[in-house]
Amino acid sequence: MEQLTADHVHVHHIDPVEEYEQSKFGMWLFLGTEILLFGGLFATYAIFRAKYPEMFHLDHLKLDWELGALNTIILIGSSMTMAIGVTASKKGNNKLLIIMLAITIICGLVFGFNKYLEYTAKFAHHIYPDTSIFFSLYFMMTGLHMLHVFIGLIVLLIIMILAIKGRYSASYNTHVEVGGLYWHLIDLIWIYLFPLLYLIG
Amino acid sequence: MATGTAATISEPSFLEYKSGFRSWFYTTDHKRIGILYLVSISIFFIIAGSIAIVMRAELFTPESNIVSPHTYNVLFTLHGSLMVFFFIVPGISASLGNFLIPLMIGARDVAFPKLNLGSYWLYLIGAAILLFALLEPADTGWTFYTPYSAKTNTNVILLTLGIFVLGFSSILTGLNFIVTIHKMRAPGMTWHRLPLFIWALYSTAILQLLATPVVGITLLLLIAERTLGIGFFDPDKGGDPVLFQNFFWFYSHPAVYIMIIPAMGVISEILPVFSRKPIFGYKAIAYSSVAIAIISFFVWAHHLFVAGISETAAIIFSFLTFLVAVPTAIKVFNWLATLYKGSIQFHSAMLYALSFLFLFTVGGLTGLHVGALAADIHLHDTYFVVAHMHYVMIGGTVMGFFGALHFWYPKWFGKMLDDTLGKIAWFFVFIGFNVTFFPQFFLGVQGMPRRYATYLPEFESLMKLSTIGSWILAIGMIIMAYNLIKSLYSGEKAPDNPYNSLSLEWQTSSPPILENFKEIPVVTDWSYGYGKKG
Repeated sequence: MEQLTADHVHVHHIDPVEEYEQSKFGMWLFLGTEILLFGGLFATYAIFRAKYPEMFHLDHLKLDWELGALNTIILIGSSMTMAIGVTASKKGNNKLLIIMLAITIICGLVFGFNKYLEYTAKFAHHIYPDTSIFFSLYFMMTGLHMLHVFIGLIVLLIIMILAIKGRYSASYNTHVEVGGLYWHLIDLIWIYLFPLLYLIG
Repeated sequence: MATGTAATISEPSFLEYKSGFRSWFYTTDHKRIGILYLVSISIFFIIAGSIAIVMRAELFTPESNIVSPHTYNVLFTLHGSLMVFFFIVPGISASLGNFLIPLMIGARDVAFPKLNLGSYWLYLIGAAILLFALLEPADTGWTFYTPYSAKTNTNVILLTLGIFVLGFSSILTGLNFIVTIHKMRAPGMTWHRLPLFIWALYSTAILQLLATPVVGITLLLLIAERTLGIGFFDPDKGGDPVLFQNFFWFYSHPAVYIMIIPAMGVISEILPVFSRKPIFGYKAIAYSSVAIAIISFFVWAHHLFVAGISETAAIIFSFLTFLVAVPTAIKVFNWLATLYKGSIQFHSAMLYALSFLFLFTVGGLTGLHVGALAADIHLHDTYFVVAHMHYVMIGGTVMGFFGALHFWYPKWFGKMLDDTLGKIAWFFVFIGFNVTFFPQFFLGVQGMPRRYATYLPEFESLMKLSTIGSWILAIGMIIMAYNLIKSLYSGEKAPDNPYNSLSLEWQTSSPPILENFKEIPVVTDWSYGYGKKG
């Protein structure tokens, strides 16, 4: 039997291609759990919307759909810049990746700022999470989504720092791809939240 | 069955290569993480088990004389929460799963070793939150039903928050296992050569991944109900308390299978080794695990038959409940066929496996009683349910867990267990368990409701019998614990493959070296070909 040296035995040999495949698969699974996490809230929405159609109609009129629409555009735009960044990273264009990550992060921050404006406006009109079932849903759904935006921003920030340090290349960009997937999910969930809460009533 | 095996490995084992606090709590070695889980869940098992002994002692007489009724409520809440979330859900899967998955599929570690350590830390954080929750423990029962859980003055928030964090740990462990099993199997380890324990953990991991987030959001909503005043579960605010029950059981019924399927996997490994026969119906057992995992998502409302759900829904859920019994029965019949005409050796692990077959069948069949609509109206929330559930959880999962400990102990720690002592302990455990819980079926049928500190005098003799059983059970477990600990120090040195098993984990040294195998083995056959070569 071949005698292996100590180095061979004690250091995990990680093949970048394998790591990429595994991480991507793992992230897809994680996105599945995220959808089920929000799934509980979507189910709650469906049940109470069927039960109280009038409340949902009257309360949704109090939401600022224009600001919501603006945020939707911002978030979809950020998904696009993220996608451009991932493609750039795969082609080894680190500079474009960093620029795109920066734009994505700024979009996320603007989204958060708009959300802050919306929340404070609601509080100023004495609308709180316990005002009605509709607003309970509104605050829980957008609040949990906002939490995910924050987590996403932290993830993207870390990736940007690593990108500036030159950690990624055409042959290794696992973080970028996986972080991008997560950011797209955040976008996707918002695309459902916006019409459900702001538009149909 | 595989090349690359090595009887002459001279490297230090994973237990020896490094020592000290940091080498354990910062380890990314799946085998060490498995031990960390094993120790942690054992501590919670002892705590929650001791609580059960106190509860049974209180029930020795009809009056309340050892603890107050409120304390009793706190005790059964803690017993349930600790046993379910801190012991039995992470139980076999996180401890033995972590240890065995890479060994059994011929990998060096799990796919994400750091994430694995992170999962364990999350478990510890959940446990730390629990300690604070104990300052003013909740009295809601482990199910946290609203509206009471939203209104009681006890500390529901911290306990549910602790469980929420544990949920994260469980999700990430499941994710890690799925990716590992998909991507890291040794060359030649095809899906149909995978050990059935791996199939079982794979099905479990799917459940962990898909069901746990739902209980996560449910507990978050409960916390929001108590802090922000939202009212999804509050009838005063237009909410619906039964919605909570639906959400809770959407997780907690699949969670029952998170608890039992790994034990089924253990049984599928132990039976062929000690029958010296190939497992009967390999594919049927493998796919029935997956079938159970899928169907288990559609049975949750059988917990709500008396909660006012519609007749149509009740009939559908009752039917689906009967349906989930089919793949379960398929497994039982295949295990029996494996034993048929085998050369059976009564090793202590085998005794636990056989106990599983008997007790789990009792638990499963009584499940059909409560799954039947008419019978459930009478039996709901009685001791019948308590007995049924303990026959599945102790008679099934815990017997499987004990069997697994006795079976894999030599591989894990490199020492042989005292088999005679193991059999004595098994005898007390088996007798004690049945004396404790069999009378509870009769109590339930006679109408004794669960979760009461006091009871009518007519139940006294059966209640006393049950309490005496709990002492016998405790004696058995103490003997077993003594055996497990003693053998660490004075057990005989274990050979690499003491049972002549064909499975991969037995083909490396005992305990395994840090990287599991000197060379990644090449698999050429399934691991159940006994009677031909073994």
